[in-house]
Amino acid sequence: MFHLALKMLMGDRAKYIMLVGGLTFSALLMTQQTAVFQGLLSWTTSHLRNMRAPLWVVEAHVDYANETKPLRDTDVNRVRSVKGVDFAVPMYQGILKARAFDGSDKQVMIIGLHGATLFGRPPQMLAGNLETLRLPNTVVIDELGVQRLSAGRKKPIGLGDTFEINDREARVVGICRTERHFFGYPYVFTSYDQALQYAPRQRKMLSLILASPRPGVTPAEAARRISAETGLKAYTSDEFAKVTVAYIWKNTGIPMSFMTTIILGFIVGVAVSGQTFYSFVLENLRHLGALKAMGASTWTLARMLLLQAFTAGFIGYGMGVGITAAFGFAVLPGGQPPFVLEAASLIRTAVAIVIICFFAALLGIRKVAKLEPAVVFRG
Amino acid sequence: MKSEIKPAVTVSGVTKSFGSGDSRTVALKGTDFGTDEGELHLVVGPSGCGKTTLLSVVAGTLKWDAGDIEVLGTKLNGLSPAEITAFRGRHIGFIFQQFNLIPTLSCVENVSVPLLLNGAKRAAAEKKAAELLALVGLADKGRKRPTELSGGQQQRVAIARALSHEPRLLICDEPTSALDSETGHQIMDLLSTAARSPGRCVIIVTHDPRIYGYADRITAMEDGRLKHVLSGDPLKQFVQSHR
Repeated sequence: MFHLALKMLMGDRAKYIMLVGGLTFSALLMTQQTAVFQGLLSWTTSHLRNMRAPLWVVEAHVDYANETKPLRDTDVNRVRSVKGVDFAVPMYQGILKARAFDGSDKQVMIIGLHGATLFGRPPQMLAGNLETLRLPNTVVIDELGVQRLSAGRKKPIGLGDTFEINDREARVVGICRTERHFFGYPYVFTSYDQALQYAPRQRKMLSLILASPRPGVTPAEAARRISAETGLKAYTSDEFAKVTVAYIWKNTGIPMSFMTTIILGFIVGVAVSGQTFYSFVLENLRHLGALKAMGASTWTLARMLLLQAFTAGFIGYGMGVGITAAFGFAVLPGGQPPFVLEAASLIRTAVAIVIICFFAALLGIRKVAKLEPAVVFRG
Repeated sequence: MKSEIKPAVTVSGVTKSFGSGDSRTVALKGTDFGTDEGELHLVVGPSGCGKTTLLSVVAGTLKWDAGDIEVLGTKLNGLSPAEITAFRGRHIGFIFQQFNLIPTLSCVENVSVPLLLNGAKRAAAEKKAAELLALVGLADKGRKRPTELSGGQQQRVAIARALSHEPRLLICDEPTSALDSETGHQIMDLLSTAARSPGRCVIIVTHDPRIYGYADRITAMEDGRLKHVLSGDPLKQFVQSHR
């Protein structure tokens, strides 16, 4: 009987297309918006993955990774003196204006690395040598920096080319690959001392301290000791990522706006699919009544309706997720908008589609269960 | 030696009402009805006299309020709704006024439905369905959809469907009313042949006097009760008077 149930569903082309279309749109909306949201959240912690330090020490009132509240220079030594800390280095981070070749100003994220160790160095060098950063007025820029700072040039900015940061010369000695920063600015790596030359003078210039625990001491234990002994906030990389994501959830409208769209996707799925499937059942009620008269039990008819609803759901889910994946493949090379499609997102969407289909089928099953087979004798 | 005639359907004192309070309508008022195996039995009467309600309770598609119904030796009173559904699926075939063929399925698939409901495999069910379609003169229409056929052809498909699982009781609701005279007679020839098969009987509710001549017995109803039952010579006279 079940192959006939599928033929009944697919034979009614208009309803079938409407049903699958509704479920596709719903699955697409839920999966794509979740993927973009996850991508955006991943941007909020990309800074941590670009530096890859086990311990991050910041001012006590810093709430998340992309916030900077300057420390005293002496704080580096205070951290170094904590038992269990292997080493600690100063780091500068700040958003400065860089002047492109055509004279336009571009905002860049300046990262000043400890000159001796270059700890917190970018994850992947594409060209040049990072060690050259120890020379004066030298910088390493990322691919986004190449793109932004090439404005007005005949060919993209490269090794040996110069531009200005705060009216000071910056010579490119390396190109690196980084994960995009939450604020969308390109990374410009330089030495800590050079960064202080580029940055406008302030009473305190130290942005944060990167540290590493001694062998045998866990990062979490070292962070606890640093916080206890210095009054600064010390995080492991994972903790800082969690704190940052929690801050975004609590203090920005980003999650709410994405959740609203995702919930709308679910509601659209329930409304369109429920309504379409119910009207499909109503239109076939006479035939379902005839089947009941011919000996089909309510359970048999319920299974037929479930099969029809879940087949439409399976196809709609596949198409929705497929379109989302195609969207991901299209946008990932450009990096905009952010896109992270996790297995958990696919499972959540699948569960939502199952709920939608079950609801749609239930409306029909309720009608069929109440249906008297004698309906077929009424004109 | 004449074989013993067995009763196929026995209805005793059945009542059925619809609605409640002032809007309550009594469709069957202690109705008695009976038909035997090998019979083609017509139930006639004006609209609203209770013919279709009688047909529905005999088929077990409608619950009745009081009285006893025995079909093919099984008392329906003692069966649960699920048992009645199963009994109907095994032993009763239906032919409806509006054919009730599923428009999105082919003729072969429509005819195979009762077989599949009785547990037949798809290939076997479709093979038998094709044979039955050939029997009713539609061998070349198996893959067509019902909407591609004429009314008479659709009704023949419905007959093939009703006969597919070899039911002992055929229940027909106005099977010729939507058809022209010639097609109506072709349909009645098929039903008449079916009624003469061993152990089988056919009950037809109709308004169509053109088919009275096919009946072995005619029950006339009025106001939820049997008005009279005709067979033998009185039936012949009744048929003559309606020619």
